[in-house]
Amino acid sequence: MSEQTPMVQFKDVTKIYKGKTPAVSHANITIKKGEFCCFIGTSGSGKTTLMRMINRMNSITSGEVFINGKNVNNLNPVDLRRKVGYVIQNNGLMPHMTIKENIVLVPKLLKWSQEKLDQKAKELIKLAELPESYLDRYPAELSGGQQQRIGVVRALAADQDLILMDEPFGALDPITRENLQDLVQRLQQKMGKTIVFVTHDMDEALKLATHIVIMNDGEVVQDDIPENILQNPANEFVENLIGEDRLAEAKHDTVQVKEIMLTTPVKINLGASLKEALSLMKQRNVDTLLVTDDDDHMKGYIRINRLEHRYHRASSVSDILESDIYTVKPTAYLRDTVDRILKRGSSYVPVVDDNNKLVGIVTRSALVTLVYNTIWGDTDPMSSAELSKHQKDQVTKGADDDHD
Amino acid sequence: MSHLNTFQQLLYYYDHNGMYVLQQFLRHFLISIYGVLFAAIIGIPIGIFIARNHKLGNFVISIANVIQTIPSLALLSIIMIVMGLGVNTVIMTVFLYSLLPIIKNTYTGMRNVNANIIDSGRGMGMTNWQILYMVRLPLSLSIIMAGIRNALVLAIGITAIGAFVGAGGLGDIIIRGTNATNGGALILAGALPTALMSIITDLLLNLIEKWLQPTGMKKEA
Ligand SMILES: Nc1ncnc2c1ncn2[C@@H]1O[C@H](COP(=O)(O)OP(=O)(O)OP(=O)(O)O)[C@@H](O)[C@H]1O
Ligand SMILES: [Mg+2]
Repeated sequence: MSEQTPMVQFKDVTKIYKGKTPAVSHANITIKKGEFCCFIGTSGSGKTTLMRMINRMNSITSGEVFINGKNVNNLNPVDLRRKVGYVIQNNGLMPHMTIKENIVLVPKLLKWSQEKLDQKAKELIKLAELPESYLDRYPAELSGGQQQRIGVVRALAADQDLILMDEPFGALDPITRENLQDLVQRLQQKMGKTIVFVTHDMDEALKLATHIVIMNDGEVVQDDIPENILQNPANEFVENLIGEDRLAEAKHDTVQVKEIMLTTPVKINLGASLKEALSLMKQRNVDTLLVTDDDDHMKGYIRINRLEHRYHRASSVSDILESDIYTVKPTAYLRDTVDRILKRGSSYVPVVDDNNKLVGIVTRSALVTLVYNTIWGDTDPMSSAELSKHQKDQVTKGADDDHD
Repeated sequence: MSHLNTFQQLLYYYDHNGMYVLQQFLRHFLISIYGVLFAAIIGIPIGIFIARNHKLGNFVISIANVIQTIPSLALLSIIMIVMGLGVNTVIMTVFLYSLLPIIKNTYTGMRNVNANIIDSGRGMGMTNWQILYMVRLPLSLSIIMAGIRNALVLAIGITAIGAFVGAGGLGDIIIRGTNATNGGALILAGALPTALMSIITDLLLNLIEKWLQPTGMKKEA
């Protein structure tokens, strides 16, 4: 990807309120276009201060802030603020203006025509998923959640590319909150906006963010994508912020397929006779066999019901081979495959290396065990040895229900 | 006329001097209005200005408070020394007395506008001027109006005393009543319309004040 001008860039930014210790010190952050960036940290850690230096709502003591490559201190603050959407904490709707007047406030400051204003108001109320009749109401006549919706869409009114949101869903019940998070996420993805979002709720950050900046006492403690923060918390503060449950969950997320696969799958050579196949099935008590060639290359599988049908007509394994088989790589992360495996409803998945050589098998029951441990918060994940042993018992049982 | 009781005397007086009373009533009202109007023209901008700075605000309001504590008759006399007899002296006095309620209420109204709302306006790119006339003023208009109402009711009382310096008005009738023997009816003839004016003014401005309350905030009560 070619080097793009970042949407927002902080260069060694420090903010000191008169006579206080720095509220933000030496922040270096780059927010790319289209990112959903969450500032998260405890109360008083400087999140709001950091965000408000973007649209010059707070002056910058030292260092530089750039929007689209331009130093904000060289921009007219009034023009700048009209170009950057801003959702203030507690929505900040004007109580003496109707919802319509509130929504199109910025376009009105920008002197749009009345016709365009009317059209925009209708468009945005739809976006907020509220009836058009609400346009003539006053904020006090809306519920808290509805007001927040208006607060959110209001920041989109002048087609701003960058939107700042300061704990927009702070005082809402969990369900309304989740609704609004979905709304924001949809808007962001659909319209390709860059969003800077202040929160102190880790769940919210993990749900929405593609980029997380963790603040503590005015310092940027960690600045990374959510996955990396979950996997490698920078220090104890971050660990505490994430919480034990999520850390345990994250650990499971890094389990690779090869760690839990069984390395001795029940397999048979392509050239073997059906008689051999049948006796192997009986011996290992399974109803399907993986089929490989002389060099262990994965070829497909055979099933007992097909074998039974064709026993007298066919002679070798290759005659009843089914090759439409879903495989995974040993280095794949389980979190990426687990869903697919479980959804496909097959009881096992063969593991093949880059040369399509069969190296192992992951059974559905092993996954079930893993999911079970994740959900029930068993903090030490099962060792691979344990899992493999477990799997051995399960591979046969699992095979029983594969009659599709 | 001594064979009539006070009430009959009063009616008799109105019957024969109705036009004169009406003239004085109007004059009285206008003197009060002028004083308050000037006070509003000066006081509202002062109130807006001092609202930016807490210390300055307290200072200006305490000065206005001092003016308010001077007895009206004393202030009237002092101003008379400078400006001489006549209606201007009364208007000046009314003006000075009206400053306090108007400045104070403007100041309070301005400062009472929720800081979060101002911040939101600023964050959306309003200029200071736009914040003033699109947010601060509409949200504090009814409080400012309450100040004007207080000032006007006060002014009607002061104007009555203003008759002492020859400004005319309903006070004139009252003074003549106090000078005459058996002037009870005359005093009433002046005092009753004065009281009526106060009450009606109060009611009327109260209505205007309610009407000026931002629509979106009325329903809260
Ligand atoms: N206008 C101000 N004047 C002086 N100090 C301030 C001002 N605003 C914030 N501070 C101080 O700066 C520090 C950071 O404040 P900030 O509002 O950025 O924190 P925050 O992370 O947004 O907290 P919260 O989650 O509570 O909103 C705090 O110690 C706060 O007291
Ligand atoms: Mg904050």
